[in-house]
Amino acid sequence: MIGRIFITLTGLASLIIVLFVLVILANIAHHGLGTLSWEFISSAPAHGMTAGGIFPAIFGTILLVLLMTIAVIPLGVMTAVYLSEYAPKRSALVSLIRLAIQNLAGVPSIVFGLFGLGFFIQFAGVGLDKFFFNSQIVFGQPAIIWAALTLALLTLPTVVVSTEEAIRIIPDSHREVAYSLGATRLQVVREIIIPQAIGGILTGGILAVSRGAGEVAPILFTGAAYFLPALPTKLNDQFMELGYHVYVMATQSPDVEATKPILYGTVLVLLLLTFSLNFTAIWIRSRIRKKMRALR
Amino acid sequence: MKEKTVDIKNLSVKSASRLILKNISLKARRGALLAVIGPAGSGKTTLLKAANRMIEFEDGLESSGEINLNEKSIYGMDLSELRRKIGIVFSVPTPLPLTIYENLAFGPKLHGSVNREVLADKIERRLKAGYLWDEVKDRLAEPASNLSGGQQQRLCLARTLMLEPEILLLDEPTSGLDPVSTAKIEAALTEIKKDMAIIFVTNNVKQASRFSDETAFLLLGELIEYGTTHNIFTAPANKKTEDYITGRFG
Repeated sequence: MIGRIFITLTGLASLIIVLFVLVILANIAHHGLGTLSWEFISSAPAHGMTAGGIFPAIFGTILLVLLMTIAVIPLGVMTAVYLSEYAPKRSALVSLIRLAIQNLAGVPSIVFGLFGLGFFIQFAGVGLDKFFFNSQIVFGQPAIIWAALTLALLTLPTVVVSTEEAIRIIPDSHREVAYSLGATRLQVVREIIIPQAIGGILTGGILAVSRGAGEVAPILFTGAAYFLPALPTKLNDQFMELGYHVYVMATQSPDVEATKPILYGTVLVLLLLTFSLNFTAIWIRSRIRKKMRALR
Repeated sequence: MKEKTVDIKNLSVKSASRLILKNISLKARRGALLAVIGPAGSGKTTLLKAANRMIEFEDGLESSGEINLNEKSIYGMDLSELRRKIGIVFSVPTPLPLTIYENLAFGPKLHGSVNREVLADKIERRLKAGYLWDEVKDRLAEPASNLSGGQQQRLCLARTLMLEPEILLLDEPTSGLDPVSTAKIEAALTEIKKDMAIIFVTNNVKQASRFSDETAFLLLGELIEYGTTHNIFTAPANKKTEDYITGRFG
């Protein structure tokens, strides 16, 4: 009897999750699909966000995530390679790095935002301006590069951990064979470790991208703008972003009723964009995995 | 003759807790296949790993003594070059997760030679030397993992031969193989020894007597007896050797 109740409860709990996902998706799709059009996707906002489209925000989001990926993948992969291949095993240094990575993963995203403002803009940006631009403000202001780097920091643990997991399952015998054929350490990393860990690296990349595309807090102070007449073309330009755009429209619209359909449309686009980024990456990964499995 | 010889003098290897090899002196040269026999834990594998300095990957092992390749100390040599000249085949077949072709091309690519035609020609010759060519000549683009265990081991032998080593070390290469593959590897080695020195570790005494020219008997890290295979197997000087080769222990 108690067993049956328990089974029913666990089933119910799972069902609630599915239900909520469906309700959220259905609600957004219901209100947003009407707004969705080529016009909406390809034009800029007008009349204080009460009309027009969201193209600059889509463009900004993609560019932001792209820059973030370019920063986070090499940094994360190199960290993971260092930890698993180069660092002396069980040393205090490795424990310290691991601890730092774990703590980084637990830091609230708004703290990353503040850190980005303090470190990247006030320290690095202002420093650059001082040394290279004669104290003119070039990099010492909110910009897409700083926002992307802040997001890269936020998603770094994901990439490090999933790369490390992938490296861990590479048999030692593969390294031994490579060394016995005269490979240097660098060649072992390049020819054995990276090719075999590529699935894990991509998994980390996927998780980083979907997290990065949805975060608003880290870019709040570091580069996202309420409205811009032009698209960002330089690394030190500000940018519009879908998540931030949603926040702005939900809290600061002059005409709530007129903004509502646009708001729903924007959320729908944000979801679709994240999903399609995810699916593309998952598709690429599964193709690589299939190839790897055939060889194993 | 100082060509293609490896000369081990007074080699000792110790770990934190014990002496793995005690004062071993051995010499292998082109044309004579040296079999190293002895029960498990005698230090046979350690001996091989010392010779191409793979031992340095193992934490806490300390070695002393001299090892000379062609009368030059291996400790002064570039590691990559040393391992090209002293090749090794491990006891468990270890194809890399690549195609058969890529496995064979792996070594040459590490050392920078990738001319396709030269490579293809070399692959054919090495696969023939490893008695594998007829079985895989139409399957070079297949994953190496598709091969049987015995074929994989011959692939590993061919892969090591791709680098044209001067010394070939084999660590119980036939221990897990079927008799047919074992026979093919023995036949291959009998040919190959004309071109390079071979040290062959085995715990199969019959195998050592069957096709080696010289035999060294290791027991608990000590070199008990070392001489021509004929002498060791017909008139062992040491009682322990006699006990071991007649199967009284080990």
